[in-house]
Amino acid sequence: MYLEELSPIPGVSGDEREVRKYIRECLPRKGVKVENDTMGNLLVQKRGKSSRKNAPHIMLAAHMDEVGFMISSIEKSGHLRFKKVGGLDDRVLVAKSVLVGKERVPGVIGSKAVHLQRKEERQKPYEVKNLFIDIGAKSKEDAEKLVKIGDYVSFKSSFTSVGEDCYMGKAFDDRVGCSILLELLKQKNMPSFTAAFTVQEEVGFRGARTAAYTLQPDIAIVLEGTAASDVPEAKDHEHATTLGCGPALTVMDQSVIADRELLTNLVNLAERENIPYQFRRFTGGFTDGGAIALAGEGTRTAVISVPCRYIHSPFSILQQSDYYHTLKLVQAFLENNSG
Amino acid sequence: MKELMKKITETYGPSGLENEIRKVIYEEIKDYVDEAYTDKLGNLVALRKGKAPHLMLAAHMDEIGLVVTHVDDNGFLRISNVGGVAFSQLVGQRFVFENGTVGTIYHEKIKSFKELEWSKLYMDIGAINKDDAIKRVNIGDVAVPHQPFLEQGQRLMSKAMDNRAGCAVLIELIKRLYGSKLPQEISFVFTIQEEVGLRGARSAAYALSPQYAIAVDVTRVGDMPEAPRMDVSLGKGPAIKVMDSSVISHPQVRQNLIEIASQNGIEYQLEVLERGGTDAGAIHISREGVPSGVVSIPCRYVHTPSEMIDSNDLDNTVNLMEKVCLSPTWN
Repeated sequence: MYLEELSPIPGVSGDEREVRKYIRECLPRKGVKVENDTMGNLLVQKRGKSSRKNAPHIMLAAHMDEVGFMISSIEKSGHLRFKKVGGLDDRVLVAKSVLVGKERVPGVIGSKAVHLQRKEERQKPYEVKNLFIDIGAKSKEDAEKLVKIGDYVSFKSSFTSVGEDCYMGKAFDDRVGCSILLELLKQKNMPSFTAAFTVQEEVGFRGARTAAYTLQPDIAIVLEGTAASDVPEAKDHEHATTLGCGPALTVMDQSVIADRELLTNLVNLAERENIPYQFRRFTGGFTDGGAIALAGEGTRTAVISVPCRYIHSPFSILQQSDYYHTLKLVQAFLENNSG
Repeated sequence: MKELMKKITETYGPSGLENEIRKVIYEEIKDYVDEAYTDKLGNLVALRKGKAPHLMLAAHMDEIGLVVTHVDDNGFLRISNVGGVAFSQLVGQRFVFENGTVGTIYHEKIKSFKELEWSKLYMDIGAINKDDAIKRVNIGDVAVPHQPFLEQGQRLMSKAMDNRAGCAVLIELIKRLYGSKLPQEISFVFTIQEEVGLRGARSAAYALSPQYAIAVDVTRVGDMPEAPRMDVSLGKGPAIKVMDSSVISHPQVRQNLIEIASQNGIEYQLEVLERGGTDAGAIHISREGVPSGVVSIPCRYVHTPSEMIDSNDLDNTVNLMEKVCLSPTWN
């Protein structure tokens, strides 16, 4: 599973370099054509075992970027002010370990000590504007030796096995998709498809738009890590997805309505192959699917996600079986639809 | 045209599930155009071939609806919106699914209607438990208001005036233009997924690459008691759009529309819609840009189960669009 190595790599939207580098290194030496486009997407065409005539061109997409931060100013004291890149909940930030800039300078997100906060302050959740990053610098000059304005910041989180068959780590949204794509590219005897590792999904699915325009595929499947909320504080109808119940098929989110024929095809395949699946029981959120479906003359698009609890935080949890069932379903789809 | 209106407004077709309505429209128009086909994403394109310029006319065929997000053990369904559905208007309404299953909407315990939100609403299809419910309806199925078309005096009411009224205008137009020689090529496009973000129109415009485009859609009016100010009224003719949140009509297109209306003695209104968008919003920024405008059918209570229009406005919209198609001003 590539996820173990993909997860800890810093790769905030616009700074996907290290993730891309890792993926390039993992690609098979033969049978693929690799293109790094202007936006930074990595487009990998896999040539299949046999080419059936008139087989549809299938694009599989996963985004390399993750949510994170950017340094916006440096205080006299050497503390770093920052802005969010992508959708993050201000309340999960305080006291988290982070890495700043190319040199991966370690730091922690700090706040005014709770002991010194007035009652009203304690009753309000932290907002990003009141937080800062502490890299142990003694002054602005001291800090500037290590970081500069515009540097990216990512969570520093290790990848860990937890429980019987779960994994915990950062950026499962969407390194889990990247990992599955890599596994598909590595497998022998696969039909033809194009894997698009996209950039800047978390700031408005920007990379996917140009990638789909370039590729002009007939069919696109977006592989994602999506929110699971099967936790004690949520009612049944608020779970969105559930760990252990298999790949989550999107009916609609705020960016795309899945092509009905593709969706039905996936459901039938899952049932035939005895792969557990669930629907994503939530219509919020955005994915690369929104950009891909509407690029050029349009592309029939579906979205398949691995359920992940606590996404967009330093630690998500996913279940191994969901990962492998998603891989199996996508593989079955390729075998049934591609050349 | 009333019969056509009844047929197409009562046909099921929420965003993403336009199969049925597309079939109905295709049957209506197929004998009156040079070619009619469904494109990659599901837009229905009807062509009257000819020489340049190419004028694209668009009316979206999807309607708003409710999607099932969860079925509980007792057979109650949880729902979310497809397009701009106001949840405050749902309680007590009946909705119908593609397979004919009907449900009513109610809410969990609340102290005041201010507390109402999507997660407190549910749909009851009369199922005795989960197994019974999923025999009829599953997650992802979409329901639309269960309301018949109604004609009362000169006013018409339906769940889907937005935008089957626009579709009816294009269908009627296609029939009227049958046999006449057109000074330009015209594509009549019945688009998908307008209500969730002008999606079908975007790829259709890219594929067709027209020189001009006009969308036909409904617009809001301000002629009800204490209504928000909006200088468009029912019964005063088609509205020529100046701007909305998605598009500022191209000045030349707007001017052409105004002149064509004036020259032919067709009463019209000018429309500035502060909130809302139409297919022209996606079309006009396609490729290098497409000069675009909108002709709107004035409509009360948009996005409720009883959208109301005036039949004279409907007729006059067809009259105006007929002159638009026959006018050589687009050259």
